[in-house]
Amino acid sequence: MERAAPRLVRAQPLLRMADVSKRYGDVVALEHVSAEVYPGEVLGIVGESGSGKSTLLRMMNLEELPDEGRYSLDLPGVPEHLFAMDGYARRMLRARHIGIVYQNPHLGLLMKNSSSGNVAERLLVAGERRFSVLREKAKQSLEASEFPLERMDAPPIELSGGMQQRVQLAKAIALEPAVLLLDEPTTGLDVSVQALVLDTLKRLQRERRITMVIVSHDLGVIRTMADRVMVMRRGRVVEAGLVDQVFQDPQAAYTQALVHAKL
Amino acid sequence: MSLDTLTRPWKAFSYGFLDASAKREMRRKILKAIAVPGCQMPYASREVPIARGWGTGGLQATLTLVNPGSVVKVIDQGADDSVNAASIRRFIARVSGAATTLDTVQATIIQSRHRVPEEKLRADQVLVLQVPNPEPLRPVEPNMSVARQMHADADYGRMWLQLYEQIVRSGRVMQGASYPSLVNGRHVMTPSPIPRWDVPKLNMAKHLTILSAGREKRLFAVPPFTRVEPLVFDDVPYRVEDHAGLTCHRSGARGVFMNEIPQEDGTSLHEVSDSQLGVKLLNGEAPGEMWYRDGVFRP
Ligand SMILES: Nc1ncnc2c1ncn2[C@@H]1O[C@H](COP(=O)(O)OP(=O)(O)OP(=O)(O)O)[C@@H](O)[C@H]1O
Ligand SMILES: [Mg+2]
Repeated sequence: MERAAPRLVRAQPLLRMADVSKRYGDVVALEHVSAEVYPGEVLGIVGESGSGKSTLLRMMNLEELPDEGRYSLDLPGVPEHLFAMDGYARRMLRARHIGIVYQNPHLGLLMKNSSSGNVAERLLVAGERRFSVLREKAKQSLEASEFPLERMDAPPIELSGGMQQRVQLAKAIALEPAVLLLDEPTTGLDVSVQALVLDTLKRLQRERRITMVIVSHDLGVIRTMADRVMVMRRGRVVEAGLVDQVFQDPQAAYTQALVHAKL
Repeated sequence: MSLDTLTRPWKAFSYGFLDASAKREMRRKILKAIAVPGCQMPYASREVPIARGWGTGGLQATLTLVNPGSVVKVIDQGADDSVNAASIRRFIARVSGAATTLDTVQATIIQSRHRVPEEKLRADQVLVLQVPNPEPLRPVEPNMSVARQMHADADYGRMWLQLYEQIVRSGRVMQGASYPSLVNGRHVMTPSPIPRWDVPKLNMAKHLTILSAGREKRLFAVPPFTRVEPLVFDDVPYRVEDHAGLTCHRSGARGVFMNEIPQEDGTSLHEVSDSQLGVKLLNGEAPGEMWYRDGVFRP
């Protein structure tokens, strides 16, 4: 499927998060974090364990609210302050416009339903009520995620980790979301499977120009996937910029240590 | 004037067994349930002299509604010494002085475990269903707080997902009893445990239906003239049980819901599930107006 070019040239960010802070008791999970993602772009987020990457992604998915901060998505008919919407509106917006792939497939999938059913659920939430259409669209989505169609009715619990991530991906893209959030989508997969899943993501990105935010502690994943990168530590953004720039010429001491440890 | 003339004689139990405050709560909850059709209302659920799970919810509703002018019919299976239609009926009559009947047409209150009678109910009749599992979302969402949220959002996609899975696995919708249905275009209820055959009888019906679960302590209602729509896919129509062609081996009745009675030789006999209807037909009496004719529903 071809996306029209104007999405690329529009100068307005699609996703904008400003000054977001969140604490859990004494733990500061996010501190004055701001992020912008432009249409068709892939933003990578790296950082050590506990640096707040998943928390930030959960905010972007409107699963959780911050203590302070603002969030907007530049979509027609969507209010300007997403955190200010009531719970129902947030859930509906999430169902309609945001796709997410969790590191742990148990968070994103109904393990005992069929894989195709997991994808169909997204379409059902959006109001599709024709069985034949659900089936066809689930099939298309699974195919786009390079999931073997002969297993489309197998429950995820019977599938390998890589296959489960493909089901999550198919589910996330079924409604053509405005933004696709990926939280460590390949962590825990062996290297060859990881490469295959990344290939699928790259192909999807190339063909559909899906706007993505991908979280990983693996610099290699970020380097292959992302256009821009945000480095996080202890709930703060320590550095942000174009991937090549940040990785070749890191400014912050922390990023330098991170890049050199990796190389 | 003496104290005697100002007080009532002592009685071993209140009229209708439940005490006045219990009945007041039931009445309030029933009214709320009628005000928001299909929405589950929590209630205290008092002790009655049968075990939880054996129809205590329905019994509490009936005991609240009953009065000396009522005529009560009870539908359940079996007539042995345990809890069944006969013993529940006797109990209601004993504590309320109400008359009892087997005949749907005569009854003013019909308490039922698993069926809606085959004869049409009227505006002056109340159907009380004993419900084991009032929460339609339970099979798809074990967390009841989340389920409440889903009801509030009218977020029922997972109910269709359940049907999707059945079609994928078995080629058709397998849901038999308790078919999830949308009430008044807003709340999904489980009309448990009546068969699919009986669900259309609740749609735009003249009578009030109260569904009450004593063990789960919740009740809900379908008021008269309220839409009850079984959940279906736009391209997979709702189908009732295929009983139109079966004949009752005792009464010769046809075109109504049948119980299957397996025989030793592997075949099955069928008998009309609404047994009093079968008795009427055997005695050559004319039944009341029927919901189905020749196995086809006609509202
Ligand atoms: N629901 C919660 N309750 C309490 N503390 C939490 C909660 N969620 C996150 N935290 C804390 O917030 C901090 C950031 O957590 P987060 O999961 O966002 O980190 P992360 O960068 O995704 O780490 P990882 O790489 O291990 O996934 C951690 O200290 C974590 O313990
Ligand atoms: Mg994380």
